[in-house]
Amino acid sequence: MGSISLKNVKKEFSGHAVIPNLDLEIGDGEFVVFVGPSGCGKSTLLRLIAGLEDVSGGTISIDGVDVTGEAPAKRGLSMVFQSYALYPHMSVRGNIAFPLKMAGMDKETIKRKVEDAAQVLNLTDYLDRKPRQLSGGQRQRVAIGRAIVREPKAFLFDEPLSNLDAALRVNMRLEISELHQQLRTTMIYVTHDQVEAMTMADRIVVLNGGRIEQVGSPLELYRNPANLFVAGFIGSPRMNLIDGAPAKEHGAATVGIRPEHINLSPDSGEWKGTVGIAEHLGSDTFIYIRAEGIGQLTARANGEIGLKHGDTIYLTPDAGKLHRFSEEGAAL
Amino acid sequence: MSPAVILLLVWMLVPLGMTLYFSFLRYNLLMPGMEEWTGFFNYRYFLTDPAFGEALTNTLLLVGGVLLISVGGGLFLALLLDQPFFGQSIVRLLVVAPFFVMPTVSALVWKNMLMHPVNGLFAWIARTFGLQPIDWLASAPLLSIIFIVAWGWLPFATLILLTALQSLDEEQREAAEMDGAGVFSRLIYIVIPHLARAITVVILIETIFLLSVFAEILVTTSGGPGNASTNITYLIYTQALLQFDVGGASAGGIIAVILANIVAIFLIRMIGKNLEA
Amino acid sequence: MARAVSTKQKLVYTVIGWTVGLLIFFPILWTILTSFKTEGEAIASPPSFVLFDWTLENYAEVQVRSDYFKHVMNSIIISFGSTFIGLLIAIPAAWAMAFSPTKRTKDILMWMLSTKMLPPVGVLVPIYLIYRDGGLLDTQIGLIIVLTMINLPIIVWMLFTYFKDIPSDILEAARMDGASLRKEIIHVLIPMAIPGIASTLLLNVILAWNEAFWTLNLTAADAAPLTAFIASYSSPEGLFWAKLSAASTLAIAPILVLGWFSQKQLVRGLTFGAVK
Repeated sequence: MGSISLKNVKKEFSGHAVIPNLDLEIGDGEFVVFVGPSGCGKSTLLRLIAGLEDVSGGTISIDGVDVTGEAPAKRGLSMVFQSYALYPHMSVRGNIAFPLKMAGMDKETIKRKVEDAAQVLNLTDYLDRKPRQLSGGQRQRVAIGRAIVREPKAFLFDEPLSNLDAALRVNMRLEISELHQQLRTTMIYVTHDQVEAMTMADRIVVLNGGRIEQVGSPLELYRNPANLFVAGFIGSPRMNLIDGAPAKEHGAATVGIRPEHINLSPDSGEWKGTVGIAEHLGSDTFIYIRAEGIGQLTARANGEIGLKHGDTIYLTPDAGKLHRFSEEGAAL
Repeated sequence: MSPAVILLLVWMLVPLGMTLYFSFLRYNLLMPGMEEWTGFFNYRYFLTDPAFGEALTNTLLLVGGVLLISVGGGLFLALLLDQPFFGQSIVRLLVVAPFFVMPTVSALVWKNMLMHPVNGLFAWIARTFGLQPIDWLASAPLLSIIFIVAWGWLPFATLILLTALQSLDEEQREAAEMDGAGVFSRLIYIVIPHLARAITVVILIETIFLLSVFAEILVTTSGGPGNASTNITYLIYTQALLQFDVGGASAGGIIAVILANIVAIFLIRMIGKNLEA
Repeated sequence: MARAVSTKQKLVYTVIGWTVGLLIFFPILWTILTSFKTEGEAIASPPSFVLFDWTLENYAEVQVRSDYFKHVMNSIIISFGSTFIGLLIAIPAAWAMAFSPTKRTKDILMWMLSTKMLPPVGVLVPIYLIYRDGGLLDTQIGLIIVLTMINLPIIVWMLFTYFKDIPSDILEAARMDGASLRKEIIHVLIPMAIPGIASTLLLNVILAWNEAFWTLNLTAADAAPLTAFIASYSSPEGLFWAKLSAASTLAIAPILVLGWFSQKQLVRGLTFGAVK
């Protein structure tokens, strides 16, 4: 079991409110991703749940039990740190065994559990090495191994992939998702990378300035962003946001249209523009267009498309996919 | 407040307070029970004593001379040791060794076996070249002491400058090379500015220690001939433990503290800045 | 990246490097050589460099004539004693400053540093009088106290810079893994801090071993460590160069070896972390 509930949680650092007031329910077995720009309070929120920071107000409960004042160790959670935080003086075996040793398990059980975990994570051959002798990806797996042997109520991940190179990041992303499928344990995952959020999460919590902007499944956030912030944050390339006269025509202060929802035509359309740069990725082409009276727009076309710098082009937004926002930035 | 802080505070304030108090007393250990308040008499006496002027000059010459040799030589040695050559690590050990020699040993070895006017090695070298051997400690006492002390501090400067040198980003050097800077331009525009900070630290720290040079003087010249090699520290020592003039020595001690503080302020600022980085 | 250097250039540097290195090392080398000579050969002119009758008698003489071993023990007891006590006092302080710093931590550190700048001669008189009246003159315990106090700032500083380098993530990980404070200290913190503590110990033993202001002023015969004992050779009747050399060689050899091992730490310790 591992449901987590935050009520009226506040956090201040020397008078400055990092998290003014926050409520959140996380269901058992859910994979929840906290995403937001740096400084939005997502890591602080995770550390509050872990117990590494004390809340300034409100309550945190796990499985209905209030753990607000409990020490981190008593909360039954595991954490994977951005730096991996492996114990440099212990072997891989020692690292993975450490939480079990702390829990006072007998040697036989520890040995069996460590070896099981190593098996799952492909670390069997490295058990007697020191962390410094391992590659980044292997260290990451040791950190995960150390987290899973405890069989925690929930896993907490603090930007665990940000120190890995791009290719390895994709691999580890898949491995963590697979782990979640196998274990079905609650996972809370902090990242600033919205691609990670979109690909891994059951539910995404978008944070900004210590407040929750929106909570929902990746597709909900993609289809119905609650406000301008979420609209601009989720999706890659970013949603085009247009204000002024063209927005007025659609009865909104700002309209947003994702690059993939713009139809391009060489002879007619709602907006007229000039092709700047076209990025050919093979499967897709991203086209950066200077639109008259609007500014810079990004459009996405399937496959290879024969556009080049300086071509005139007409753009038409897909009417059903147009997002309209009020003066205050809320979705209409 | 941890015990460490309290202990240090007591250690510092109690004796310093006592020194300050004694400095205003007529107080000689040979005349117990005669203590009386004399105001600034001790300070006036100490500051107008011709020996004080001499000692102050000697202190400044000693500090300045040793700094010149150790920083200049240290810079040369650091640049040399930064080059790859055969047996580099052994030479490095040879160069740092003098720092670990206790002051009394180095003073005696230099005094007897190297600088002795009859049997010393320098005398033999001089005679080999047909020169009149010099009685170093008698005819140039302060200079001799400067050499002895500088020999001990040269490794310190070398070691710190070498450490700083090795932290210089190789790419920066290569970029300068790509930009057409030759060996000397690189030294002047890249290396020396990079070392500026380390050089400052060396100067300040050495100054703190050099203001208190004592054992080398005691063992070699005992401050003589006359006061020719007496520095402030040694002068106060003779005042206190040879003439038993507690009041006068205390006034001298306070003056020494003030002198050291002038240097210390700069040093502390420098290290404090580093603490924030 | 080390670049390819022409062999010729490398040879030139080798010659310069070794010449300079041997010149600087020469006084030590000369002392060691002289310690194996007879007194006659020691003052002979022209001096003999290697071709003399090597003898060990000076080393035996030093002990017989002056109870050398007693002074060695004094040096060991005083330098290790003051270092251990210093560590005992400094570890909690440095720990607290590194892991739960307050607004005043920096000020306290700077203040500790400033005490190191106090010239010893400024407190010579009161310390001498206190020691005289307290029966601490010429005692091991008296010197241990002085050396502990004068090296305490360096010990605190060095430990602080080492402790600060231990990533707090790792301590947090231990907490998440269910370690109590006691177990966190035993299983994680101490093993990670030991290299730093060892370096601090090493440097401070060296500094205490070579300290020559207080040891000269506060000891006479009984508690005199090697610094003070060697100084007694400065009197004219002590002009036995071979024996002086033997005594000196024994006094500097152990610390020279320790010093060679601690070069890096020395830079860090003596510059208070300003140069690493």
